[in-house]
Amino acid sequence: MSDPAQPLLRAENLRVEFPGEDGVVHAVDGITYQVFPGKTLGIVGESGSGKTVSSLTTLGLTRIQGANVSGRILFEGRDLVALPDSELRTIRGNDIAMIFQDPLSALHPLYSVGKQLTEAMRAHRDISKRQAQERAIELLGLVGIPDPKRRVDAYPHEYSGGMRQRAMIAMALANEPKLLIADEPTTALDVTVQAQILALMERLQDELGMAIIIITHDLGVVAEMADDIAVMYAGRIVETASAEALFANPEHPYTWGLLKSIPRLEADRSELLVPIPGTPPSLISPPSGCHFHPRCAYAQPDHSRIDPQLEPVPDDPGHFVACLLEPEARRRLWAELQEGRRPQEAISEVGLGGEAG
Amino acid sequence: MTAYVIRRVLWGIALLIIVCALTFILFRILPTGNPAVLRAGRDPQPHLIKEIERVLGLNKSLPTQFWDYLKEVFFHFKFGYSYYSQESVLTLIKERLPATVSLAIGAAVIWVVAGLSVGIISALKQRSFWDRASMGTALVLISAPEFWLGLIVLFLFSEDIGKFKIFPGAGSYVPISQDPWKWFTSLILPWFVLAAGSAAVFARLMRGSLIETMNEDYIRTARAKGLTERRVVRQGVRGAINPIVTLLALEIGVLLGGAVLVETVFNIPGVGRLAYESIVHADFEVVQGTVLLASMFIIIANLVADIGYAYLDPRVRYS
Repeated sequence: MSDPAQPLLRAENLRVEFPGEDGVVHAVDGITYQVFPGKTLGIVGESGSGKTVSSLTTLGLTRIQGANVSGRILFEGRDLVALPDSELRTIRGNDIAMIFQDPLSALHPLYSVGKQLTEAMRAHRDISKRQAQERAIELLGLVGIPDPKRRVDAYPHEYSGGMRQRAMIAMALANEPKLLIADEPTTALDVTVQAQILALMERLQDELGMAIIIITHDLGVVAEMADDIAVMYAGRIVETASAEALFANPEHPYTWGLLKSIPRLEADRSELLVPIPGTPPSLISPPSGCHFHPRCAYAQPDHSRIDPQLEPVPDDPGHFVACLLEPEARRRLWAELQEGRRPQEAISEVGLGGEAG
Repeated sequence: MTAYVIRRVLWGIALLIIVCALTFILFRILPTGNPAVLRAGRDPQPHLIKEIERVLGLNKSLPTQFWDYLKEVFFHFKFGYSYYSQESVLTLIKERLPATVSLAIGAAVIWVVAGLSVGIISALKQRSFWDRASMGTALVLISAPEFWLGLIVLFLFSEDIGKFKIFPGAGSYVPISQDPWKWFTSLILPWFVLAAGSAAVFARLMRGSLIETMNEDYIRTARAKGLTERRVVRQGVRGAINPIVTLLALEIGVLLGGAVLVETVFNIPGVGRLAYESIVHADFEVVQGTVLLASMFIIIANLVADIGYAYLDPRVRYS
């Protein structure tokens, strides 16, 4: 068994670039993260922040699309980036499994669910068709599909959205992986079904003891699931901490923005949502300095020149942030925002940069 | 499903009647020549023409003539007699059918096998030299009419007039029952000429379709499962083949049209040449017979393709 103190998977300074006609897309720009056995890491960010690309790279799937990958991804002592495809294939779907955002398009429309399940098993184990079929029925039952004996021969279009995602999960679990990567597993589902799927994943994690990397833009999902959280922006990790620390004391203005854009049921209706202005930057020519500075309400003139590094937050072990603001200023700004002040009010309250505003 | 098939068969019969009517009208309205005049000798006497018209039934009103024909075909399965050789149309077609079937089946095999495999390889090796070369060739073959291509290959490869005397040339066809080896070699050139255009169309279609499906999410899933690339490609081909099946039936019509030209160029005694000769001789009953046969074949092919489509794609259910 793997040592719980050692990370099961550790990405180090991972870079993924796609050469394209308009220039090189820097999809993932030197990120480091790790996930421990049996734990859950949440990777949060907007679309185009590189969160999906980094996980596809873990399975070697960006390489097929012609990406340049550098850095290391250590999994049980092996570097997945350097592994030849034939060896990586024995890990894919076996030690590391993945589920995707839209289960309808991620399942082959012309094969029965059972066939797609048994195929996953038979790719890695030497078992008979019958054994595989029996295990497929068992797995469908495990993920809560009613009447699995009959449903195993049905096609994906005959399943509901929630059932399709359950079938995807069953497929991912077929070989009892040590790590499950879930890429926006609930985004395409109804809210009630979302909760069911998350509960299912938590239950299965308890029962099977696997680690999970959950990729989402939804902070609600990671609040529910994750032990640790990494916030990504424009191909970089801008903040990483334990889930409690991140929700209690978020340090990065982008994280503040994400937290403040969630409507809360218990909030006063007069309390306004504060969206993050603008759109995520181009990954072909990202903004200079801090990539977030064009959208950051608290950016100072020199923030467009200096590249922030991921640095430890004082007095909070395990919490790292890549922000050029002074730690003291950040704490006071967040305190002001918590009071319900708008960013501009908070800036004048804190007196950021002398005459900011 | 049964109800669907029955409905389609009834529609097919209605369609055959319409085809009959169209051929009938075209033949009477467009001046292809009066069959009676063509048969009355060099210096036709009016009373002789009248007599022939009476014998052939051409003196009756057009609707009566049409009705008489339909009655014979649909109630007695009789297709009339050739004005030219006085032989039964059915006998004529039966005699000629084996040659056309030999030609069409061989061409269809080459068409499907070559078209699909070239398309698949091109899609997987997109933008390679192979891809560009085969797609360029395909474009030329799509644009080349059968009679032109037929003459070119005869000029290049036939034993009699060819530059490289490799294959038997025009008029060398023998029935398979007589000499299977000669039958086979004599059909090699016609098969390729007839298959070329359709194979090229299919290669291009298959390439486009497979490139599209290889970018589908379910292909990513297949890779994420750790399947071998062979199996991944197989899933892609399985997804790409469906739209092609529908076009299979359409393309069969094109193939039959091409058979008329290929049989004429290579002097193969098939139904296509029978049709061509009967048009030249204003031999209406024979024309009608061959057109009906071809239409029936296309209608059946379409029905088979549609049923096959439902079989291939579980999402399609006819009701």
